[in-house]
Amino acid sequence: MGKSKVTAKPNPTSGECRHATRNPCRLCTPFGACMVFHGISGCVPFIHGSQGCATYIRRYLIGHYREPVDIACSNFAEPTTVFGGKQNLETGLINVAAQYVPEMIGICTTCLAETIGDDVPMFLHEITKQHPDLPRLVQVATPSYCGTHTDGFNQAVRSVVEALAQSGAKHHGVNLFSGMLSPADLRYLKEIMTDFGLAATVLPDYSDSFDGEVWGQYKKNIEHGTAIADIEKAGGARASIEFYSTASSKKSAGGYLLERFGTPYYGMPIPISVKDTDRFLSVVSQLSGRVPPDKYDGERGRLIDAYVDGHKYVFEKRAVVYGEECLVVSLASFLSEIGIVPALCASGGHSGRLRDALAEQIPEMMPDVTVLEDTDFWDIAEAAKAVRPDLIIGNSNGYKLKRELGIPLIRVGLPIHDRIGASRILHVGYRGAQQLYDRIVNALIEQQQEESSVGYTHI
Amino acid sequence: METARHNILEGRKDQVHRKGQEPFNMACEKHSLAGSVSQRACVFCGSRVVLYPIADALHLIHGPAGCAAYTWDIRGALSSGPQLHRLSFTTDLRERDVIFGGEKKLYHALVELIDQFQPKAAFVYATCIVGVIGDDVDAVCKRVQEEKSIPVLPVHSEGFKGTKKDGYKAACDAMGRLVGTGDTAGIGPRSLNIMGDFNIAGETWLIKRYYERMGLQVVASFTGDGRIDDLRRAHGAALNVVQCSGSMIHLAKDMKERYGIPFIHVSYFGIEDMSRALYEVAEFFHDQDIVDRTQKLVRDEVSQIMPELNRYREKLMGKRACVYTGGAFKAFSLVRSLRTLGVQTVVVGSQTGSKDDYDLLRKLCDEGTILVDDTNPVELSRFVQEKGADLLIGGVKERPIAYKLGLGFCDHNHERKQVLAGYEGMVNFAREVYSSVCSPVWKLVPGRRTESEASGEAAAPTLLPVARKVS
Repeated sequence: MGKSKVTAKPNPTSGECRHATRNPCRLCTPFGACMVFHGISGCVPFIHGSQGCATYIRRYLIGHYREPVDIACSNFAEPTTVFGGKQNLETGLINVAAQYVPEMIGICTTCLAETIGDDVPMFLHEITKQHPDLPRLVQVATPSYCGTHTDGFNQAVRSVVEALAQSGAKHHGVNLFSGMLSPADLRYLKEIMTDFGLAATVLPDYSDSFDGEVWGQYKKNIEHGTAIADIEKAGGARASIEFYSTASSKKSAGGYLLERFGTPYYGMPIPISVKDTDRFLSVVSQLSGRVPPDKYDGERGRLIDAYVDGHKYVFEKRAVVYGEECLVVSLASFLSEIGIVPALCASGGHSGRLRDALAEQIPEMMPDVTVLEDTDFWDIAEAAKAVRPDLIIGNSNGYKLKRELGIPLIRVGLPIHDRIGASRILHVGYRGAQQLYDRIVNALIEQQQEESSVGYTHI
Repeated sequence: METARHNILEGRKDQVHRKGQEPFNMACEKHSLAGSVSQRACVFCGSRVVLYPIADALHLIHGPAGCAAYTWDIRGALSSGPQLHRLSFTTDLRERDVIFGGEKKLYHALVELIDQFQPKAAFVYATCIVGVIGDDVDAVCKRVQEEKSIPVLPVHSEGFKGTKKDGYKAACDAMGRLVGTGDTAGIGPRSLNIMGDFNIAGETWLIKRYYERMGLQVVASFTGDGRIDDLRRAHGAALNVVQCSGSMIHLAKDMKERYGIPFIHVSYFGIEDMSRALYEVAEFFHDQDIVDRTQKLVRDEVSQIMPELNRYREKLMGKRACVYTGGAFKAFSLVRSLRTLGVQTVVVGSQTGSKDDYDLLRKLCDEGTILVDDTNPVELSRFVQEKGADLLIGGVKERPIAYKLGLGFCDHNHERKQVLAGYEGMVNFAREVYSSVCSPVWKLVPGRRTESEASGEAAAPTLLPVARKVS
């Protein structure tokens, strides 16, 4: 942040102050909140603000997941902005209730609603009183000038838990706040929990709503997701596991449950590297009282066998990694484990903790790592050229950089809007690392093969 | 009953009409109903889509990063030169800017971007929040314009200030300030401006070539492959040819008023509309040579594409389509184009159609066709199922509705990468429709409602279905 009242940041290469963002490396807060609401069974996401916010976010999510995403909106008009949004909110909620018959409506605000000073909690209190038949209403404040889509996501998870988890009655289940992962990741995590005999409440769980089957007949697409009844019991769970590296547990859902109900809390990075997955499974093993099933020993063993098979292709290669802060930290940890230098680690997130989180995970590599926080793709591109990378790991927005540098881009995270199958990309656990590893090694081999004049068919 | 069956919200009943039912009194051009999952975007979106293709201008979005992130390089609008429009610039307002005001940041951002990228002009889009925190965007633009000696144009596109159509108007207002500021030397009497084509996949280039073959000079394109200097001298043209009338009509009217330049409405989609456009333009110039050239052009082009079109027509005959577009003008062309391919339109609607548009659409369509304004996914899904549509034509937001229900889909929006205008575009369109509707994958979609199962209330199709061939 600049010293003046104007927010500006220094250019990493020239050091001069920057006021404009060039090709943003983040999305806005309501985006993340909508993802969370879409992952709760019976819940319709609802944006309190202008029509465009809902449409742009839908458009972006549809581009990535290629699934229907309905997000309702209070559709502000000029008088709404002058006189406040209560009337539109009320009409909107009644209409959503009529058309979708949901169990819950998840309301997130926008910069517009927040700035005109709409007191949404009070509005909802009054609206609920007047219309007792409305479904449950849960709201999260997500002005888009505060934070990123990741912050909106985390805030929504916390708000949902705060609103719904009212009981501390003990049970044997486990809460898993896994953060912004892919549907494939969520499926695998649930499989792991089942294999350990743990009843897990994964929040949010959009594995089916963002990666569903073909329908044939119309559906509202709100059937799938975390059951509200399970969220209500979250306070009494045996423990909460939360994947984070840079987010503060003080503001998180797991942190809230620990404080409110004393629910034991395990915070850890998104498990991608062997080291991080070992840590995750040891916690799961401890909570379940079971040793990891043989299946996981097998997955781990085969992964390390693959590491050995491919080690020469990757050793001391240099990677540009960008995306959500927590994902960047976990990817960097994975890369360092296989001998790739995460030479540039960048994120549009501005928690201010990215560098420290990286230093904790990959201390030995830090002298050779450039870290860009609160950055944009223009600066990433400039910094990337300086670190002489061999490959890029991140979302589709790095495609132009890939073209410019002529090196492979391994697509991970969100958004992936230039390929199909974003939902099926597995990042976590031994299996996720296996898939990432194979994709990375093969991309490097292909690059070498294509660049060679010989045309080797055996590598 | 019908309303309940189709899950149509009470507040939207008069925005749906079935041809054959009276009276016809379509409500439209109104703000979207709160809570209805409209497929529309906002005022900002309207301005952004219209100005986006101007390739040598700086487009700076004054607001939080989201509005810029969602519109970064999302369209297929090509440029033959500079690519500045494909970058995304924003003042990226933060909480303290909202508290203390964003003018200073806007000023510094503009200056640093103009210095870095040397654009021919800058457009500054005001987003929702700017309208609320009271930044004097006009004053900042004026100051920078003086300091940097390029036009710096505020675009009043605060998202909540109306509908997407109001955004078109804000864009036209900004462009209107450029028109008339350039030198018109070298512009002859047989000249025109192309308005409302956005050079998606190179369509403006194609249309420009047609006009050049007719012996006409294209002065400026609003805004496909657009250039600031061309826009500034556009008032030297003899005629404005307006496609996508919703987006450009304000500017066309403004230029008529200020410079006496007449305008005509055209569409470049489909053989009928494309040919009519060229003939109408030719007639305007009262020059037999131009008319002769046009006749030859149309004859050559049509005869070239007919064999292939007929092949697709044979495969597609008797299929049913749902068309949902941004502006209604495109819907007219699509209904006609589909008819050329033997496909009947059973549901048709638009985000921003006017009363006249819907009146014309109703005349164009068969009995029983559902007309809909500013629909939402729940309605649209019900309508296509009821009517047994085989195909949905729309944009990316409509695509998953089609695919989930087992319908073919054709992207006719600005994000497509395929030329669909002109004669070669008609062949591409036919191929797009064919390759989706006739794919074997639909046979595997369980529970998909086929046309024979659709309710019988639709009138007999205009074109009798022929035996389906196994595709």
